[in-house]
Amino acid sequence: MAEVDIKNYCLNFGPQHPAAHGVLRMVMELDGEIIERVDPHIGLLHRGTEKLIEYKQYLQAMPYFDRLDYVAPMNQEHAFVLAIEKLAGIEVPERGQYIRVLFSEIGRILNHLLNLTTHAMDVGALTPILWGFEEREILMEFYEAVSGARLHAAYFRPGGVHQDMPKGLAERIYAWTETFPKVLEDMEALLIDNRIFKQRNVDIGRFTAEEALAWGFTGPMLRSTGMAWDIRKAEPYEVYDKLDFQVAIGTSGDCYDRFMLRLAEIRESLKIMRQCLNDMPGGPVLSMNTKFAPPRRGEMKRSMEALIHHFKLYTEGFKVPEGEVYVGIEAPKGEFGVYLVSDGTNKPYRCKIRAPGFAHMQAMDFLCRGHMLADAPAVLGAMDIVFGEVDR
Amino acid sequence: MVEALYNLFGGEGQFLYLLAIVASILAIVLPLLIGVAFAVYFDRKIWAAVQMRRGPNVVGPFGLLQSFADGLKLFLKETIIPAGSNKFIFLMAPMITFTLALISWAVIPFGEGMAIANLNVGILYLLAISSLGVYGIIMSGWASNSRYAFLGGLRSAAQMVSYEVSIGFVLVCVLVKVGSLNMSDIVMSQEGTILNWHVWLFFPVFIIFFISALAETNRPPFDLPEAEAELVAGYQVEYSSMAFALFFLGEYANILLMSTVMAILFFGGWYAPLPALDFIPGWIWLLAKTAFFFWTFAMVKAFVPRYRYDQLMRLGWKVFLPLSLFLVVVYAGVMVYGGLLPTNG
Repeated sequence: MAEVDIKNYCLNFGPQHPAAHGVLRMVMELDGEIIERVDPHIGLLHRGTEKLIEYKQYLQAMPYFDRLDYVAPMNQEHAFVLAIEKLAGIEVPERGQYIRVLFSEIGRILNHLLNLTTHAMDVGALTPILWGFEEREILMEFYEAVSGARLHAAYFRPGGVHQDMPKGLAERIYAWTETFPKVLEDMEALLIDNRIFKQRNVDIGRFTAEEALAWGFTGPMLRSTGMAWDIRKAEPYEVYDKLDFQVAIGTSGDCYDRFMLRLAEIRESLKIMRQCLNDMPGGPVLSMNTKFAPPRRGEMKRSMEALIHHFKLYTEGFKVPEGEVYVGIEAPKGEFGVYLVSDGTNKPYRCKIRAPGFAHMQAMDFLCRGHMLADAPAVLGAMDIVFGEVDR
Repeated sequence: MVEALYNLFGGEGQFLYLLAIVASILAIVLPLLIGVAFAVYFDRKIWAAVQMRRGPNVVGPFGLLQSFADGLKLFLKETIIPAGSNKFIFLMAPMITFTLALISWAVIPFGEGMAIANLNVGILYLLAISSLGVYGIIMSGWASNSRYAFLGGLRSAAQMVSYEVSIGFVLVCVLVKVGSLNMSDIVMSQEGTILNWHVWLFFPVFIIFFISALAETNRPPFDLPEAEAELVAGYQVEYSSMAFALFFLGEYANILLMSTVMAILFFGGWYAPLPALDFIPGWIWLLAKTAFFFWTFAMVKAFVPRYRYDQLMRLGWKVFLPLSLFLVVVYAGVMVYGGLLPTNG
C-alpha cells in the first residue's frame, strides 16, 4: 500500500469568531485537536491612528487615544498628555494629578472586569460577564459624570483634566469602592475554586520570565511570571509615589495566574482610588499656564489677553517645543507608550504608539503550540487583547 | 394507551386501530412540543435570573409566547444550504435528530398504563434510540462541508458514545434490583412513600447518571460539540431556519426526555411522595419531577465553565466507566449474596 500523506487540518479562526475578541483572524494548523501552528493576522481594525495624529493639532489628536484601547480609554489619554507635558514642561496642579490617577485606576478596573469575565466566557462560564458588566456600567457612569461621555471621554488635557469632578461624585465613587468587593467575591466564588475552571487554566499558556522579556511582554503578562515590574512603582508618574499599593505578581505564568493577578490588581486599584479620594487636595484641576490650557470662562469676560489666548488655543492650537520624548505608563494591559517627536509646530511630527497588546499578540503561536484547540481562546482571553490598540 | 383509545373508538376494525395509534402519538407529541417551547422559555428565564437579567418578557404575558414567536420566525426564514455540502445528508440530519428525539417518548409511562408502547425491553429501546441520536449530529457535521461543523460532529460522536457506556452500566444497577426492563415495572417497583424511591438506594448511581445525562444531551459543562468559544456553534453552524429549529427542538426534547427518565428511574415516576397525596394525578407528579430536573439542568448551565475535549474524555473513560463498573459489581454482589434479587421475573 502506498504511503498516505496526511495533511494537517487548517482552521480559519476568525475574524468573525465569538472568541476572537474583536477582529482577530488566526490561521491554525491542527493535528486532530492539537494546535501545531497559529498564525495571527492583524490589521483588520487598522485606522491609521498614528498617521492621522500627524495631521492634527495636539489637542485634536487627543481623542484618538480613547479609541485605541476602548476598554480603558482614559489610560491611553494619560500617556499622550504626559508626553506633551514632558516635552512642553507643563506643570499639572496636584488636584489634577489626583483626578487623573483616580480615573486611571477606574480605567484599570474597567479593563480587568471586562477581561476577567470574557476570559471566563471563553472557557464556557457565561454568567460572570453579566455580573461584571453591571459594575462596569456604574464605572462608565462615573466617566460620564466627569466628561459627558461614557466611553470616549477626552477628559485628560495637557496640563490637567478638562473640568473638576461634579459635586457629590467623589462620595459616589467612594461608596462604590465599598460595595464593589462584594460583587467581586461573588464572581470569584463561581470561578476560582471551580475544578473545571482550574483544569482549563492551570498550566495553560505558560511561559517563563526570560521568555516574557524576550517577547517584550509587560503588565500582567510579565508579572504573572513573578517579575514585579510595574511602571507605577518603577518610574512613578503623577502621584503614584505618594500612594500606598502593592504590585501583584504571579508565580507560574499560566492563564490561571494571570486571572488571579488581575483580581488582585482590581483590589489594589480600589485601594488607590480610596487613597486618592481621601488625599485629594483642593485647588485648580487644570494648569494656569494659558499658553497650553484654556483660560477660565469668567476671566475671558474681563481680560483681553485671556480672550486672545482662548482664540489662539482653539484655532491654531499650542506649539510644543522641538524635541522628542518617550513616555510609558502602566496601562491595564501593560506598558502603553507614546513616542512623540515635535518639530516646534502645533502638530506632532511623529507619534509612535507602543501598544502592549501588540507585543503580546505575536506570542500567540509560541504560547498555543502543542495545546488543544479549546486552549487557544483561554490563552487569548488571559492575554487581554483589544484590537483597537493592536491594529491602531 | 393505544388499547384504551381503541376501545373508546368502538374496538372494531384495522382502521380504527390505526386511528387509535395516531391519536395516542398525537396525544404525546403535541403536548411534548408545546412543552419544549415552554422548556426553552423556562431555561432562558432561569438563566436570565441567575445573570440578573429579565430574560424574554416582551412577547405575550411575561414573554410566555417568546418561543412560539421564535419558532414562527425560523419557520419563515430561508433554508440556506451551503455550497459544497451534501444536500441530501445535510437536510436529513436535522430530521433524524428530531425524529429520534420524539420516538424515544413512545416507551415513557406517564402513569399506570399510560404509555404508547409498554415494551418489555423499554430501557433497551431507549438506549438504542439515544445511541442512534449521534447519527444526526455526525451527519450534519460531515455534510455541512465546514471545518467548525466537522470538528463539532467528531467531538460529539466521541462524547455521546463514551457517556452512553457509563449510562448503560448505571442502568444495569437499577435493573438488577427491579428485575425487569419494562419502564412501568421500574416505576411500580418504587411504589409506596418517598422512601421507596430508588434515589436513596442508588444515590451514587444517580449522580453518575445525572452527569452522564448532561454529557449525553450536550449540555454545559459538556457542550463541546457546539462550544461557542472554539467552534462557534459546532455541528449546527451552517444550519438556518427550520433545519436549525429541528435541531433545537430535538435537543430540548432530549433534555426533557433525560429529565423524565431520571424521574422514572430514581424518583418514583408517577408516584406521589406520600400516598396521602395520591389525589393529584400521576402525570402531574411526573411533570413536576421532570420540571425539577430540567431546572437543575438549567442551573448547571448558568454556573459551570466548559470542559476541554481531552478532559471530557478522561472523565468519561477513566473516572465514570470504572466507577460505574465498580458500582455494578457492588450492587449486583450485595443483591446476589444477600438474597435480595427480585423473584417475580
